[in-house]
Amino acid sequence: MNKIFPSAEAAVADIPDGATLMIGGFGLCGIPEDLIAATVALGVRNLHTISNNMGIDHVGMGLMLEAGMVASHIGSYVGENKLLEEMVLGGRLDLTLVPQGTLAERIRAGGAGIPAFFTPAGAGTIVAEGKEVREFRGRPYVLEAGLTADFALVKAWRGDRMGNLVYRKTARNFNPVMATAARCTIAEVEEIVEPGMLDPDAIITPGIYVHRVVQWTGYEKHIERRTLRGGTK
Amino acid sequence: MDAREIIARRAARELRDGFYVNLGIGIPTAVANYVPEGMEVILQSENGMLGVGPYPLAGSEDADLVNAGKETVTELPGTAYFSSADSFAMIRGGHVNLSILGALQVDREGNLANWMVPGKMLKGMGGAMDLVASARRVIVAMEHATKSGAPKILEACTLPLTGSGVVDTIITELAVMRVTPQGLVLEELGPEATVEQVQRLTGCSLIVTEPVRRMF
Repeated sequence: MNKIFPSAEAAVADIPDGATLMIGGFGLCGIPEDLIAATVALGVRNLHTISNNMGIDHVGMGLMLEAGMVASHIGSYVGENKLLEEMVLGGRLDLTLVPQGTLAERIRAGGAGIPAFFTPAGAGTIVAEGKEVREFRGRPYVLEAGLTADFALVKAWRGDRMGNLVYRKTARNFNPVMATAARCTIAEVEEIVEPGMLDPDAIITPGIYVHRVVQWTGYEKHIERRTLRGGTK
Repeated sequence: MDAREIIARRAARELRDGFYVNLGIGIPTAVANYVPEGMEVILQSENGMLGVGPYPLAGSEDADLVNAGKETVTELPGTAYFSSADSFAMIRGGHVNLSILGALQVDREGNLANWMVPGKMLKGMGGAMDLVASARRVIVAMEHATKSGAPKILEACTLPLTGSGVVDTIITELAVMRVTPQGLVLEELGPEATVEQVQRLTGCSLIVTEPVRRMF
């Protein structure tokens, strides 16, 4: 078994127009930057993206947006992207905002074969409009559907040719849960190691969920807000 | 003390040893600066971290280590990382003792609006709806009125809600108010505040039992 692909370009080459893509990361932390760049270079259109954020102008998924390849997006926070707002207000992109925990659980449910679940988040707000609301133990809960995707593009710290993955610090975020919810999960890893080198007790994403592994090419990791002790520089 | 410091200092007195606490962006983040000496409080960041430490020293910032405001932070001995799904499972499951967050509007029934102003820049609710729906206790820490002096504490919120009947306590530079079935009870006054001033800057009538004690 060898899931290693020679490049990000090779790994994303069969993403078709109109595909649904989950893309890992929280802000710019833990985003699969090589896979995003390769998808932009591929020039596919009409993509349906699912990601907590939408990058920022000129970085991360902001590049996909600028390339005009995104038709719809499901996320929880897009406050850092001016172009997205323009596109949504201009009717060129269909945006669905979802509470962050509901987004994470919808993806988890999708990967775990749970078609829908009830959550208290959003009860009594516009998020609940048009959805079934049911009372349990005297409190209202909103019915939310599981999410799956054609492809998941995720970023990990270390991985092996079997697809086992570990993550680093808060760069984990949505990556492991998205890895479970796609028909084809592509992992971009900082370091490819031999099977057996990852502590089996510490593996976060077991290889069964991962179909392709590519070596990160060592771009610069972006920091969105560089805050320092004794003042921000 | 400026308004933000009064609010953060007073909110910090709601912390208890051993609490797991989620702090929102802005004034709530500053509450971490006033954790009483000798008290251990574990900060939860919804992007997947328990044990958030202070901002890093210059040169030691790490792009893989940020808080929910995407600011660089540090880890502490005992820090744990987990996925977004696990993070919200612990939030939704009621394991977080206290959530302190800011607001655009709060009303007498404990309804909270803090994510959207129709016609203004589109942002998204992030994790706020999950947090307020499920934390064991929700405290709003915010300036009492808008910069132009308009009330933010109202009879009924006019902005789209983040949560319905979710707020337990409101802490401002002028007052501490508790949400009760009867309405908002004025429990404490800020250092310089008077009952008349607080009532004037509040959009609903407060339940007042004189004398009202001071915050500090």
